[in-house]
Amino acid sequence: MLREDVDSTTKRTLTRTAQILGALRLDGPLLIGLGAIALYGQLILYSSSGGDLGSVIRGSTRLAIGAVLMLALAQLRPGSLRRLTPWLYGLGLVLLIVVDAIGYTGKGAQRWLDLGLVRFQPSELMKIAVPMACALLLRERSLPPDGKTLAQLSIIILLPTTLTVIQPDLGTGLLIMFSGLLVVLLGGLGVRIISALAVSGIAAAVVGWNFLHDYQRQRVLTFLDPSADPLGAGYHIIQSTIALGSGGFFGKGYLKGTQGQLEFLPERTTDFVLAVIGEELGLFGILILLGLYLFVVLRALFLASQMRDTFARLLSGSLGAIFFVYVFINAGMVSGLLPVVGVPLPLVSYGGTSMVTLLAGFGMLMSLYANRKLAA
Amino acid sequence: MRLGARIKDLWREERLFEQRSIAAMVVVIALALVLIGRLFWLQVIRHEHYTNLATGNQVRIEALPAARGIIYDRDGAILAENQPAYQLELVPEQVPNIDDTLRRLAEIGLLASDDIDDVKRIIRSRRAFDSVPIRLRLTDTDMARFGVHRFEFPGVDIRTRTARYYPQGEIAVHALGYVGTISEKDLERIDREAYAGSSTIGKVGVEAAFEDFLRGRNGRREIMVNARGRSVEKLGVLEPALRNIPGDPGQDLFLSLDLEVQRVAEAWVKDRRAAIVALDPNNGEILALVSRPGFDPNGFARGLTRPEFKELNENPDRPLFNRALSGTYPPGSTIKPVVAMAGLEHGLVKLRETRFCPGYFSLPGSSHRFRDWQPRGHGDVDLITAIAQSCDPYFYALADQLGVKRLHDFLARFALGGTTGIDVGGEKAGILPSAEWKRGAFKQRRDQVWFPGETVIFGIGQGYMTSTPLQVAQMTAILANRGRHFKPRLVTAIRDPISREVKTLPTEELPPVQLREAVHWDHAIDGMRAVMQGGTASRSALGAPYSIAGKTGTAQVFSVAQNARYNEAAIAERLRDHAWFVAFAPIEAPRIVVVVLVENGRSGSGTAAPIARAIMDAHLLRKFVMPQGMSANVSTAEGE
Repeated sequence: MLREDVDSTTKRTLTRTAQILGALRLDGPLLIGLGAIALYGQLILYSSSGGDLGSVIRGSTRLAIGAVLMLALAQLRPGSLRRLTPWLYGLGLVLLIVVDAIGYTGKGAQRWLDLGLVRFQPSELMKIAVPMACALLLRERSLPPDGKTLAQLSIIILLPTTLTVIQPDLGTGLLIMFSGLLVVLLGGLGVRIISALAVSGIAAAVVGWNFLHDYQRQRVLTFLDPSADPLGAGYHIIQSTIALGSGGFFGKGYLKGTQGQLEFLPERTTDFVLAVIGEELGLFGILILLGLYLFVVLRALFLASQMRDTFARLLSGSLGAIFFVYVFINAGMVSGLLPVVGVPLPLVSYGGTSMVTLLAGFGMLMSLYANRKLAA
Repeated sequence: MRLGARIKDLWREERLFEQRSIAAMVVVIALALVLIGRLFWLQVIRHEHYTNLATGNQVRIEALPAARGIIYDRDGAILAENQPAYQLELVPEQVPNIDDTLRRLAEIGLLASDDIDDVKRIIRSRRAFDSVPIRLRLTDTDMARFGVHRFEFPGVDIRTRTARYYPQGEIAVHALGYVGTISEKDLERIDREAYAGSSTIGKVGVEAAFEDFLRGRNGRREIMVNARGRSVEKLGVLEPALRNIPGDPGQDLFLSLDLEVQRVAEAWVKDRRAAIVALDPNNGEILALVSRPGFDPNGFARGLTRPEFKELNENPDRPLFNRALSGTYPPGSTIKPVVAMAGLEHGLVKLRETRFCPGYFSLPGSSHRFRDWQPRGHGDVDLITAIAQSCDPYFYALADQLGVKRLHDFLARFALGGTTGIDVGGEKAGILPSAEWKRGAFKQRRDQVWFPGETVIFGIGQGYMTSTPLQVAQMTAILANRGRHFKPRLVTAIRDPISREVKTLPTEELPPVQLREAVHWDHAIDGMRAVMQGGTASRSALGAPYSIAGKTGTAQVFSVAQNARYNEAAIAERLRDHAWFVAFAPIEAPRIVVVVLVENGRSGSGTAAPIARAIMDAHLLRKFVMPQGMSANVSTAEGE
């Protein structure tokens, strides 16, 4: 009797929850996945900041802002999103040019606009605006895209990419390019063109080498041989692989990572936070996080496949896929598979506007899923 | 039519997207597997490797210097010990600008500006996180001065370390040696790991030769450090297992030196350039080893400034030079008893056979006169008288009869021309000339020929022949003990400072010198007895309650031109002959061999013999006669 009571209570609670989520146009599993990652991130932040509660409070605040934005965007109608797209893209482009101009007249790297209260990175906006613009264009064309469409897509993608790379911010520039490219790939870009793109990508990398800033070249060279400059540019990679490797399978224990706690590991709260996880919680801890990431990504791709509208499908799919690109580039960098390009670990790295952007993207995804039945 | 195509397209596009989504999922999972593979490699397969690297990062080893062994004389009097001392140390990696820091330290008088370059060199040769001593033995004033300026010198601090202290000062310094700051040259040959945390090393003498015993083993303390190299006691819940490995203190040494005899010996040649070796012929133990002038080894232990070292190093009297072991002098007449034995052994002379000494010797067919020290000659002399009166022509003729080969070969059996193998370093071999030696020693063909005249002066220990006072002592010991002899040594026992267990080092007996007829020993010794009884040094034997065998000698510093009058007054003090005296006592059962060399002392009997007597009295009678007559002796010599 009691058990049935409990069961029915549980059932009722779940139903009630589903109703609330439905009303808020949120996807339960995705929300749980994202929440778990964010919670994990705050837990690690406490350790990586050396037990600083202040950092955790600031991190949680940022998270809350992102969550509110996600909730707000989830309420938008797909039509509004589409109408917003050209304006967002245009605004982003103008702001990028302004930032570049300030950076040119000022000194060195310039990535953000100081709006007094907050510092805002236009390139972050572009991480969402570019896939939106690509998806919007493809919605109007038949798929797979033809040559003319591809040319237009190239301009939409490469213009903000170039403006970001010359800031200089190679990492974000590549991510913007990827975010657009993913839309095109999901949109059915021919396999032959994909191969051709890969080849020309390599060629571009060779040519692009000449246009890289010294520090960017240094990063690539150091990636190829970290031991060549152990105290300089190679220091990051050496210390992060030591942190990961010494962590072993189960780690040294929460708050007990010597590499992190004794500050041998640089940028341990931001880009290299994965090394702290690997050191203190081991491969086991990383596998749990990776599992959560995969769950979110696969869930996002699944949700996208349920949508009837091309714009919704392509945008949602690319937002889910780019989330994984973040994870892969960051983890690859920390573990020495990829060069150090300054890509944060999504929802776990402290600071930056990327957390807000990502959550905004998921808000749109949820809105699109909530309205999945709306085709045209 | 258009609408139909649109609908068809939508269906196709949905299929296309589905394919692409699945492809994306596959790629995502594949890439995730790549990541997991990489992490598995790092975290599981290479785990141990990276654990070592992480430990290397966070654990630093700090050395705990071991206490150096104490050195005692044969009766347990302390010759070298350790005292706490304050020193200024610098940790290179904690100093923002080393050049500037050293310059400013010199400005406030804590560093001699002449030393800055040396200090910099030493700093460069050490590891960045090692604390490098830059100034030893701070005085109270120095410490107060540094205290005021301390905040201006990050990475520089006062540390308490133990420093070597020699309570006897200059006494026996050339036997003991000293410890000094580890130099770059030292660093090239030592095991840096073993010396981590040590700032000094034995430089010469016993301190250097027994460095490995005295040094002990430095302990190690592991400390946890952060990325900036700062020591972190405990950080949050981080409490790594750090090891403390205690060191072992160095072994104590007991020397054969008798401090009281040493003091007497030192006192007698205090203001001279001289060397004294006294040893026990029954075991080779050195009882006293003097080389004057000396120096205060505490200066080196404290750290000499550059001008102080320069002063010592460039002093014309060469206080740093160990005359007893490294000084090579013509042995002069001290070898005459051995030359006499060579003559007896080869049947060229007989004990009672007399020869006429006209005051000179000439080789057949030559008008060149090899002069006697006594211009009017000694008349008829037999072997005993020849030794007792040190008759040169007797030995000139004997040497000529023996020939250079036989003379060389016989003398070589008496420790001449080779090192004795004493247990400290710095020993020189001297020269025992031969025709063969001369061929190798000169470049010009015409210089390589051995002339008969050279054999003649070889017979009285002049010419090319040079020996160290230690060699002459060993020669005398062989004679005293009738062939039996031992490797000379200073260190007799080693004591473990913790278990107090004393390990006596065995004496090392060398193959005895054997003569065809044992009675030849007696003849040579009788000659040396006669030296003390009516012979050249009889004044020095007056009132001795024990029997003494001795031999005087003078070593020419330069040769006087033929027929020129030996105008001593005209010769600068430094060109006067060196004075030798060798002796052993008691003759029946010798317990001490003494060799005294006084540079430019002129007269073996007048200058050197009384010193030897005082040393023998000290050892045999425990009667310690200090030289109040010393200066008087000098003036007498000059008044002659």
